Amino acid sequence: MTALLLRDLRLATRAGGGFGLGLAFFLLVAVLVPLGVGPEPALLARIAPGILWVGALLACLLSLDRIFALDFEDGSMDLLAIAPIPLEGVVAVKALAHWLVTGLPLTLLSPVLGVLLNLPGPGYVWLVLSLGLGTPALSLIGAFGAALTVGLKRGGLLLSLLVLPLYVPTLIYGAEAVRRGVDGQGAPTALLLLAGLTAGAAALLPFAAAAAIRVNLR
Amino acid sequence: MQTSARLLPWLAGLSALCLTTGGIWGFFFTPDDFRQGSTVKIIYLHVPAAMMAINGWIMMLVTSLIWLIRRHHVSALAAKAAGPVGLTMTMIALVTGALWGQPMWGTWWAWDPRLTSFLILTLFYLGYIALWAAVEDPDTAADLTSVLCIVGSVFAVLSRYAVNFWSQGLHQGASLSLDKEKNVADVFFLPLLVCIAGFVLLFVTLVLVRTRTEIRARRLQSLLARERMA
Repeated sequence: MTALLLRDLRLATRAGGGFGLGLAFFLLVAVLVPLGVGPEPALLARIAPGILWVGALLACLLSLDRIFALDFEDGSMDLLAIAPIPLEGVVAVKALAHWLVTGLPLTLLSPVLGVLLNLPGPGYVWLVLSLGLGTPALSLIGAFGAALTVGLKRGGLLLSLLVLPLYVPTLIYGAEAVRRGVDGQGAPTALLLLAGLTAGAAALLPFAAAAAIRVNLR
Repeated sequence: MQTSARLLPWLAGLSALCLTTGGIWGFFFTPDDFRQGSTVKIIYLHVPAAMMAINGWIMMLVTSLIWLIRRHHVSALAAKAAGPVGLTMTMIALVTGALWGQPMWGTWWAWDPRLTSFLILTLFYLGYIALWAAVEDPDTAADLTSVLCIVGSVFAVLSRYAVNFWSQGLHQGASLSLDKEKNVADVFFLPLLVCIAGFVLLFVTLVLVRTRTEIRARRLQSLLARERMA
């Protein structure tokens, strides 16, 4: 499993692996929004938590179809399916690799973009915490969506249609945690719910995704 | 197929009867509401449609589980057949709600918890139908959509409670509960019950018709395949 994780990380960070695309997209969103809505600091401070969360979510979405597609095309997926490690573990490792190359950098980059969007001072801690706790859920849900659509020729659009409604609770809790953190009231509640969501997704979704992959490999 | 063929005209007739009685009774023989005026009458379409939209998804969840566990083909086809019907019900509920909300709340749309979760339900229906349409092999499609339906149900419930985080919202609370003191008045309640019965029967009728069509299409395909082999 460690070997698989290292292999996926190496493939993702290699040139053309799509690493950095999500980050660049996140950066672009944070730059374009002030250009679009105007540079008024108070307005930006109000919408910053939501924009940062939506940006992170969309950046995550960009690279989802790569989780399984390449392995599925060149037949590695068949080998992984008959490998001695369970397919559920393979899915979990691939989701973890996806998180390490998208979710984690996004989380680390987010305070910088928070400055660009004039996020108020108390919000930074909650922003990093909520993204750190919430983006694994995004990767896991995305891995499930990718597993559903991996057999399709052009699954990209369908993938986003399937995954976006599933992202709703994560987005609401995540953005709400930051917003409450900025206002200085009750952020831990939203954060705990977010963490619970991630834990639940980590426990259950690999099974659903593995079932979908088995169907697709049939 | 035989049972459903015998039942179908009765169900269709009954649902037509209920809908016309309930509709005429509700629209022409109930008084206007004290505050809402005649707009209150949208309740006869809005409430039953919203109920069937949610119950339709629950039915899809049950049939998906039956397909995954017992591999009963009709079950998967019934789930497939229910998808577009449920989507239509959500659309009816959203549109009638907007039409009512414009004069009453002064807005077509508000990001209210109930409205938002209904919009999310619409998205789930869309994704479900799109996945059925995208996968070519029928058994694969049935498996994948079933898994999606189960996971989607969990997340739909999660979203329903997540949006409660914002505020209580504009939408009034439940007023048809059996165990509450304050409910909708009987003048409106009785025709509403008839309308709900009519919508349930309509849903069952439509799903049966669509399932029968799917079964026939499946039979036709196997006949064609056999012909090609021979």
